[in-house]
Amino acid sequence: MANFAPVLASLNGLAAGAFLMSAFGLLATRQMQGCLRFYKLQSLTVIASIVLIAIGMHVPDLLAVALLDFAIKPLLIPWLLRRYVREEIFRRREIDQVLNIPGSLLVALVLTLIAYFLAGLLPPASDAMGNINVPIGLAGLLLGAFTLAVRREAVPQLIGIFGIENGSLFAGIAIAPRLPLVAEMAFPFDMLIVALVIGILTRITHERVGTTEVGALRSLREEAAK
Amino acid sequence: MSLFAILALPLVAAVISWLPLGRRLAPATTLGISSITLILAVTSALRVTAGRPVVAAPNWVELDGLSALVLVLVALVAATAALFSWGYIAREQDARHLRRYYANYNLFVCSLLTVPLVVEPALVWTAVELTTITGVYLVAFDDTPEAVEAAWKYSILTIMGGAMALLGFIVLYRATRFGDAPFTWTGLVVLGPKVSPDVLESAFLLILVGFGAKAGLVPLHTWLPDAHSQAPSPICALLSGVKTTVVLYVILRMLPILNASGRIDVDRWAIIVGLVSVGTAAFLILQVTDYKRLFAFSTVEHMGIILTAAGLGGAGAHYGAVYQILNHSLTKSFCFFAAGSALLAVDTREIADVRGLIRTSPAAGAALLFGGIAIAGAPPLAVFLSEFSILRSGIAAQQYVATGLMAAFVVIAFFGILNHLNRMVFGNAALAGTHTVAIKLPLSCVTTLFLAAAPIIVLGVYMPPPLHRLLQMAAQSLSR
Repeated sequence: MANFAPVLASLNGLAAGAFLMSAFGLLATRQMQGCLRFYKLQSLTVIASIVLIAIGMHVPDLLAVALLDFAIKPLLIPWLLRRYVREEIFRRREIDQVLNIPGSLLVALVLTLIAYFLAGLLPPASDAMGNINVPIGLAGLLLGAFTLAVRREAVPQLIGIFGIENGSLFAGIAIAPRLPLVAEMAFPFDMLIVALVIGILTRITHERVGTTEVGALRSLREEAAK
Repeated sequence: MSLFAILALPLVAAVISWLPLGRRLAPATTLGISSITLILAVTSALRVTAGRPVVAAPNWVELDGLSALVLVLVALVAATAALFSWGYIAREQDARHLRRYYANYNLFVCSLLTVPLVVEPALVWTAVELTTITGVYLVAFDDTPEAVEAAWKYSILTIMGGAMALLGFIVLYRATRFGDAPFTWTGLVVLGPKVSPDVLESAFLLILVGFGAKAGLVPLHTWLPDAHSQAPSPICALLSGVKTTVVLYVILRMLPILNASGRIDVDRWAIIVGLVSVGTAAFLILQVTDYKRLFAFSTVEHMGIILTAAGLGGAGAHYGAVYQILNHSLTKSFCFFAAGSALLAVDTREIADVRGLIRTSPAAGAALLFGGIAIAGAPPLAVFLSEFSILRSGIAAQQYVATGLMAAFVVIAFFGILNHLNRMVFGNAALAGTHTVAIKLPLSCVTTLFLAAAPIIVLGVYMPPPLHRLLQMAAQSLSR
């Protein structure tokens, strides 16, 4: 088994690279469909990393987690969003964004650097092969939060939240791979319910307000006497 | 076993409320089952105060002083809000919509009750997430563009906070590698001195930022006034009175773990974050134009006060913090019942449009005034006593700057709240811009106002010995 360790570590590094790429993709893609596709890709890289860590650190429980994640994240969640969010929202090509794409990418680059320094504050991975997961996962978390901040459409904002969750899991799995199975199982189910509830809320928003451009929702504000 | 019953009963109520068997079934079931849950919660808390262990499943479902206090408060506000809902939601014509309200109400209450009962932090995270998700539909209940907007901001901001806190909880699990103790709140306190500080500190900061958004701590509090102005008033009572408290309870649970480590100055974080919230809210209270937002900002203020008190340290301040949790939940839920009654009476949320409420609707006017006086912290009511005890222990702990700032902010908020309410209740009705429809408040609403006011008055002058014992035990769980 020991002979495989470097191979597993390099494969995990590959997954981390693809994870970071798709986190940038979530931010930079102009199309709603592309955004969802990058989310699927990002989830697959998280699952790949979970499987590699399960083998490399001998935690068979994680294989069950990976299986559940595979059923929920790249398959069930996109299906739910398609079902509950009207097709016309997905057909729209352009996503409105507060900051333009080159500007966003520059900020994202800076955030990734910050994540590298912040990762030093977190405890290191419990095994050397997971070392890369901590800074990359933290970068995924920050990029997800930034995506949430700059996107003005409902579905991309929701996917920004999923990006944060993926980042948390990507870093967390390396820091504490032996989390109780019940808890690990609860996380993807939670995201499933989030997708369902926010999906329905998006549809209601579309019906009541006539748009899913949630950046335009500003009737509730703190103002001095009118 | 009664702990499992507390978890199961609201689920049963949710299913029954969903059945299409007449308009009365859902409110009656919800009220009945939430009353039974309250009785079970109180008897469990009494067993805790008697010193007997209350354990349903070791290391998973247990009850100690602090969690028993939070459990009783959730069950109490759930029961009073169910009674208030009966009359308040009755104007809703669509029976299907009504059933969905009660089904979601019971699910929301169930998730709130789960948080204090579960002691395994990863499951606590899941329960807190569920409180957010089950609340979304209730915030959007009125189905207006504004309500949907409020629900959107509420869900996006607080779920984002949850996703960040997730990493904190996973990092926290790393602590169990440093010794042999279960992954529970008490187990972590035992492990505290052995765990390397970077694990605890990074976990705490991630949880503080993430759950701070859910508890309404500045700067991620912006969803709170929106959700509280748009949600139906009984839901505001639950959101403000216990939902924010339940999330803050989880943050407070982290403090003894970090203090046990002895190498991290966690109290400083608590004081800074707490005071920023108190100060920001105090100044925002001065300029609100909507009376439900007024009470919402007061919630931000009180969350800050509780966190600051917990950070001041020492048995006195910890007692003050849990005492403030008790008084805030009781008083704030009353305030939103009063605001809901005023909304039924005048049909506007604008402060400027309401004048002379005491003449057009004496019940709503008197309730609003009483609620305002109580939550602002006027003597001899309960909030005054707890705020006073916090300030006194702050001075005793020689934290002069923090105590002085807190006292100043509390005074500003006091005048802000009473200034707005004074104009609404006593102002000249002729100057008010709008229609004042004289309607009679539903019986259930008036009953709730009386029931909810009783403990606020009683606690101002008399503290029942079992409750005192419970508060002492809760303060102990904070300082271990």
